[in-house]
Amino acid sequence: MNPAQIAERVRERCPDTIVTREEVTAVVARDALLETLGWLRDDPDLSFGFLSSLTATDWPGKDPRFWLAYELRSMEHLHRLRVKVGLAEGDATMPTVTPMFPTANWHEREVYDFFGIAFEGHPDLTRILLPDGWEGHPLLKTEELGGVNTRYHGAFIPPVDTRTTT
Amino acid sequence: MQDTPRNAAQLDPAPELVSSEGELRQETMIINMGPQHPSTHGVLRLLLELDGETVVTCKPIIGYLHTGIEKNTEYRTWTQGITYVTRADYLSPFFNELGYCLAVEKLLGVEAPPRAQVIRVLMNELNRISSHLVWLATGGLELGAVSVMLYGFREREVLMDIFEEITGLRMNHAYIRIGGVIMDLNEEGIRKAAKFCEDMPKRIDDYETLLNDNPIWLERNVGVGVLTAEDALALGVTGPMLRSAGVAADLRKDMPYCGYETYEFDVPVRTQADAYARYEVRLAEMRESMRIVRQCLERLEEPGPVMIEDPKVGWPSKLSVGPDGIGNDPEYLRHIMEESMEALIHHFKMVTEGVEVPAGEVYQAVESPRGELGFAVTSDGGHQPYRVKIRDPSFVNLQATPTMVEGHLVADAIAAIASIDPVMGGVDR
Repeated sequence: MNPAQIAERVRERCPDTIVTREEVTAVVARDALLETLGWLRDDPDLSFGFLSSLTATDWPGKDPRFWLAYELRSMEHLHRLRVKVGLAEGDATMPTVTPMFPTANWHEREVYDFFGIAFEGHPDLTRILLPDGWEGHPLLKTEELGGVNTRYHGAFIPPVDTRTTT
Repeated sequence: MQDTPRNAAQLDPAPELVSSEGELRQETMIINMGPQHPSTHGVLRLLLELDGETVVTCKPIIGYLHTGIEKNTEYRTWTQGITYVTRADYLSPFFNELGYCLAVEKLLGVEAPPRAQVIRVLMNELNRISSHLVWLATGGLELGAVSVMLYGFREREVLMDIFEEITGLRMNHAYIRIGGVIMDLNEEGIRKAAKFCEDMPKRIDDYETLLNDNPIWLERNVGVGVLTAEDALALGVTGPMLRSAGVAADLRKDMPYCGYETYEFDVPVRTQADAYARYEVRLAEMRESMRIVRQCLERLEEPGPVMIEDPKVGWPSKLSVGPDGIGNDPEYLRHIMEESMEALIHHFKMVTEGVEVPAGEVYQAVESPRGELGFAVTSDGGHQPYRVKIRDPSFVNLQATPTMVEGHLVADAIAAIASIDPVMGGVDR
């Protein structure tokens, strides 16, 4: 199926589906995510049984503040789909998809580590790339690159632009 | 040190091995393997629970090489992003550059000229061979095959020379750019690549002669680190690991980019799903890559531009090889400094501000030596990326470690991890 046909098929369940740059994006509500992903996986014409990637973007000052993007791939039909879920600030929790896609385990830990979004029901929701004692979630737009103390075991690394090379 | 017993007979029997009831201790032992361990491919740490020599549970712990590449790209121009992403998986820099540039080109709605596409394919396939050679060398060393290590690195050195001849650098080239490649191939680079194509098949024959009937190699690899197709797909595993389990998934065939659909090559598949099948798949892939390289060299006889014409996208500067390496072309410098004020302004704007990318979100994946290397790139319409997510195959494939090693001997864990071929630069990013 070409992107337009995929979008038409997906619209049966998710009316909010668009095609841009030959890519199909379906926007679903958080409560409908698991059901939608299950349908996308089991529908024989779509069969999105492979979760390629999962990540978030942070848009401070906007509503919803966070967008989660699930990149799905079909090994049978060789096509792709992106499912997006918006999350409001102060309510940044998601149901985990690990029972459906075991690969989501580390992806969800990474999103938690980078953005502080919690995944309910995740078997082991701990930091994955940053040390356990790290404070904050570095990929948030409110966290700066340099110019902040390195809040780890009391270490202090000055901002890049104030370092001297004496 | 006179109190030290001379030999084992003088030592007290270890009383803790036997309980007061005279029964053997049954509990398991937790040990840390890594992060500084020669067989962990960098800085991977495994928390192993052992029952004697058998692995009961295995927990991979990562992050020791996290360098914040994704965050850094948000503070640089789109072009500078290339120099960051190329450092993620340091054994396959051209794949990182290609995936990122294709994603940005998709956002821009542009395509690189045909000759640039051919050069991209050529560099990628040479890179695939060099990456597989490092896998063969390090994987062989871990199983005690030192000659294979020497051979693997010897051949990789030839490829490194080719990369240096063409891009000026052995690693982290930033050669593939948005809208093409930074400079055309030189004669010497093409000559070296052609020579490599002549020599390499014989060398692969040598590896097979050394290893195919080698009882130790077979003993250590056959039936080790089995990961079935069903488990691999559930865990998101791609690349040679998935193809060794009978699934012929290869993005170059499934969702072609850079004109891969016009090249003739096969996707090697095995069904045993063990470390030996992965060895066979990777060796066969090196031969297929060589086939593609030969086709590229034929196509390169046709001259043409290697950077997009659009001045709003293409990199303005022209490079050339001078006596002190690759740098700005003197003729181009003369043009912007002495002839054309407009060209100088344009150069300045493109270098400092860079290309403006329309708002949107794309996901572009390429088939790296380790599987699906995806770039989920978001733009808010500015001169800097809003978010760059690298879906690195090493990161995802490493999740399969517990499935592959639990219930087996700890020595087999070494062979199993070697067969995953994880690159920690890509895992931790």
